[in-house]
Amino acid sequence: MTKVLMNGNSAIGEAAIRAGCQCYFGYPITPQNELTEYMATHLSRRKGCSFIQAESEISAINMVYGASLTGARAMTSSSSPGISLKQEGISYLAACELPAVIVNMSRGGPGLGSISASQSDYFQATRGGGHGDYRTIVLAPSSVQELADLTHRAFDLADKYLIPVIILGDGMLGQMMEPIEFKHEAPEVLPVRSRALRGAKGRPSRIIKTFTSKPAELEEINWSLFRRYQLIKKEETTCETFLVEDARLIVVAFGIAARIAKGAIKNARASGQKVGMLRPTTLWPFPTDKVQELAKEIKQFLVFEMNMGQMIEDVQLALEGGGEVSFYGRPGGVIPTPSEVARVVSRIYQQKGLK
Amino acid sequence: MKKVYTRPKSLKRNPFHYCPGCGHSITHRVIAEVIDEMNLQERVIGIPPPGCSVFAYYYLDIDMAESAHGRGAAVATGVKRAFPEAIVFTYQGDGDLAAIGTAETIHAANRGENITAIFINNAVYGMTGGQMAPTTLRDQKTTTTPYGRDVKIEGYPLRISEMLALVKGAVYIERTAVNSPANIKKTKKAIRKALQVQIDGLGFSLVEILSPCPINWKMSPLEAWRWIDKEMTKEFPLGVIKDIPKKKDAD
Repeated sequence: MTKVLMNGNSAIGEAAIRAGCQCYFGYPITPQNELTEYMATHLSRRKGCSFIQAESEISAINMVYGASLTGARAMTSSSSPGISLKQEGISYLAACELPAVIVNMSRGGPGLGSISASQSDYFQATRGGGHGDYRTIVLAPSSVQELADLTHRAFDLADKYLIPVIILGDGMLGQMMEPIEFKHEAPEVLPVRSRALRGAKGRPSRIIKTFTSKPAELEEINWSLFRRYQLIKKEETTCETFLVEDARLIVVAFGIAARIAKGAIKNARASGQKVGMLRPTTLWPFPTDKVQELAKEIKQFLVFEMNMGQMIEDVQLALEGGGEVSFYGRPGGVIPTPSEVARVVSRIYQQKGLK
Repeated sequence: MKKVYTRPKSLKRNPFHYCPGCGHSITHRVIAEVIDEMNLQERVIGIPPPGCSVFAYYYLDIDMAESAHGRGAAVATGVKRAFPEAIVFTYQGDGDLAAIGTAETIHAANRGENITAIFINNAVYGMTGGQMAPTTLRDQKTTTTPYGRDVKIEGYPLRISEMLALVKGAVYIERTAVNSPANIKKTKKAIRKALQVQIDGLGFSLVEILSPCPINWKMSPLEAWRWIDKEMTKEFPLGVIKDIPKKKDAD
């Protein structure tokens, strides 16, 4: 297979089309505009496909909701402030059990923040994000190749579990160019959804709704969502480990931060420090079991994030006190260098008296 | 014996939950009749809003999906773009279409989305208990304008249908009412025409229906019917506001 040089945002677009994405609705915001533009160029004129530059993020996500109602594969993308606006629609998608793919090429916050890469939307992405008791699957790529691969996986997961799937990238991943290969061609036949609205022809009419005046009925819906979330936790949690076998210190990092940490770990290894890495590729569900497994042998963890400490809470929850957790983070869109992280790793390694 | 009146096929056998004298039940029935007469039951997808009429899906025997408040036009856009064979209509109140959903409505119209909006204007927020709507009349008392709507403070009743008429993608807009047999007939004709505009692929169509809300207006049903004629139609005159297909026919 031939490799092509592409920026991360465009790679998501191409991967989405090859995953059978039929509808893309978006609104311009930096640093993800290349994706919207890619879809305008490559999806809008495809047969049976639709592209709209919507009047707002809110409209875009509600168009995705509408397209998903009919059984189509639909996606939208944005960056942090725009993702906040989409939360209303994501809550409805989750409540109605409608698949959708939502890309967040996140940037520094809070507020309008900066347009530089950040990981400050971890809480928003992994805790549902909007109102109500729900979760979304959250995928965390760390390279352009993985952006493409996980985009494909996102559509499959969304259809399999009837759930919105978030791809949590960042401005750096979206902008950087890397040689990648696309492993899939657009499918000729897409999965048929049993509850799609396509007119009540030859069957009774269908209702897709979330409102009920009976709390007990809504409780039952919440239970049913919860059971599916438990299944997703069991079946779809993924992570990557790097040099953990003999490690005395584990760096836990996701996305672009894990990429930076990898460089730092190579530096540490070169100077004889036994450092490894755990990189969750699903942030929800979080690889709790893997953390616990590692903690049987290794007691020191360093969580490194480009925020003030969000994923660290999931690491601490997983450890339940069974390990010691340090933290290093840079918020606001500041991108730390591998040598900076290497210094932190080395310092903690020595402070904890590790050999 | 000749049968002159029967339950439309597209209307389920559920008794309406609406208050006595409410215009929703009449409008639901009219929509069901039009769907039957145009043979659309198997093609139509309806988008009801949060509000009293969120339960429209308990009455209309067609595919329906609830929308978030005000987002009907965006949801309908997504449905129609993904599945153009469908005949898609939103059913929206004044707060939904003309306050929280103003942007969605105007931009769907401007894109000439091939969808139909059934817009119920009863000058109040019904389900939440009678607060001021964008269409509340001058000096009208509501629970949030207890001294009457003061235009200096609360602004003016919003004529969104007239606003939408300026938008090129909107091709057919008519304002009707459901406060008399004659007006109900006109409403039915307007809904039929709006759906025909969509079937013909001409663009965005909207029927605004002045509809009584006797409970929140604190009137008897009969007083509410009269209030529409005497007060509401002064601010919201009935009739065709825009009709591009007709203009084309005339050309």
